[in-house]
Amino acid sequence: MSSVPSLRLVGRSAPTSPKLTLRGVSKTYSQSSGELVRALDDVTLDVAPGEFVCLVGPSGCGKSTLLDLIAGLERPDAGQVLMDGRPIAGPGPDRAVLFQEPALFPWMSVVRNIEFALGLTGVPKADRRELAMHWLSKVHLSAFASAQPHEISPGMRQRAVLARALACQPEVLLADEPFGALDAQSREVLQRELQTVWLETRNTFVFVTHNVREAVFLADRVVLMSARPGTLVAEHRISSPRPRSFEDVLLAKVVVDVHDHLLKEVQRVVAAEEGVRPGLA
Amino acid sequence: MSRPRKAFGQVWPRIAIIAVLILVWWAVAATGFWDRALLPSPASVWTALWSNLTRGGGLLVAAERSVLRLTLGLAAAVAIGTPIGLAMAASKVVQRSAGSLMVGLQALPSIAWLPLATLWFGITEKAVFFVVVMGATPAVAIATAASVRLVPPTLVRTARTLGSSGGRLYVRVVLPAAIPGYIVGLQQAWALAWRALMAAELLVTGARGLGHFLERTGAIFDTPLMLATMVVIMLVGISVDALFTLVDRRVRSRRGLIPSA
Repeated sequence: MSSVPSLRLVGRSAPTSPKLTLRGVSKTYSQSSGELVRALDDVTLDVAPGEFVCLVGPSGCGKSTLLDLIAGLERPDAGQVLMDGRPIAGPGPDRAVLFQEPALFPWMSVVRNIEFALGLTGVPKADRRELAMHWLSKVHLSAFASAQPHEISPGMRQRAVLARALACQPEVLLADEPFGALDAQSREVLQRELQTVWLETRNTFVFVTHNVREAVFLADRVVLMSARPGTLVAEHRISSPRPRSFEDVLLAKVVVDVHDHLLKEVQRVVAAEEGVRPGLA
Repeated sequence: MSRPRKAFGQVWPRIAIIAVLILVWWAVAATGFWDRALLPSPASVWTALWSNLTRGGGLLVAAERSVLRLTLGLAAAVAIGTPIGLAMAASKVVQRSAGSLMVGLQALPSIAWLPLATLWFGITEKAVFFVVVMGATPAVAIATAASVRLVPPTLVRTARTLGSSGGRLYVRVVLPAAIPGYIVGLQQAWALAWRALMAAELLVTGARGLGHFLERTGAIFDTPLMLATMVVIMLVGISVDALFTLVDRRVRSRRGLIPSA
């Protein structure tokens, strides 16, 4: 327990060295048909400690693959994925992941889900309940602690997953379109809540989304990816002060800029696909 | 829906199908087209059943004996089949070898083991037990392997990112996640065990279970009691199935796998 915060301090004491480094990373998958798909091609990216980076790109551009590589769920074919300068060997509680599907264990209550995760990071049994309740209150779920996951709404489930991730005090948070399956209202509420909680914890955050508005609202830096094979094509720094609001006019202007850029990228892809299959045009 | 209305909705189709069956049976028997000795009326079967049960005619004792055999046989099949199934799910080599063997054994009606079993064990309890275990074990193994393989990958991925791995991941996440599928497998396995048991008891003289009782009613040409015995075999089956369904519903409703639970 005590070792985790000290690790974070080490990360902060050297703000010039990146928390995460991807150097010339490529990844190819073989589909069930046997066909090889190049998901990522020569991606290089640094993420500073405490930085909030949003990865935006068209569907199938390898955003999720990139996240899997940082999570340690996959290994790159070429290049390096480093945390604090050391290669990532596998998944671990120092990097929490929020998947699009809020993956709570269905046989445990909400609070038990968090206690289970705390147990894995070595928190003694006696302290787990209090810590779990603390983080549940941060995401306004105290009243639903003893509910089973299926008894609460999808938005609440995603909040519970966020509470579980934060409770483990990860150095890095990874999110793969965590609000993608929610309705517009819940989505906005959760985006605001995420901003509030993150302003307290300031974890290094890599957040994958195809929603430009969400990316600009949350991020220090929005990184635009090209379509498959995914490479990084551009980045926008968002310097608006926090807490931000969706009504901010300057922010809205940035959204339009990034959106145009993304649209051009998508059009380029469509044009390329039509070029490949002229018979279908 | 209110509770009594819901209960009524569950009960009436069951009563209706029994009523329709008895009515058709009664009507056919009443035509007198078949000899009464060959097709007894529902009333005579009921009388045979009732008098046998109330006067200690042996049906109850036979049923107890059969249920005990079923319990022991199924327990053995679970004890043998579950580890085989887990190994099948864990290893492609085991899946291809032991897995194929299990599929083959499942294709073989387990009563086909009886001649060999009587050669090995004689006409004994052991032979019956062996047939029951051979009937249920492949089903348990195949269902176990399937239920582990169908565990949602997101749950495993999540557990891994939380820092769980190896044996702990298996025991704390994979196995609990596989339980609903496993219960469905057990529900199939007990039915196979029950059929195997009835067949074995029919053929093994002196087995003294429901199957043997059925065989004896044939020997003494007591068709009302014969049909009464068949009814008891079905009733035992329905009861055991209800037990599994209850456990299954409990587990599923806790996990939100059935609507409106």
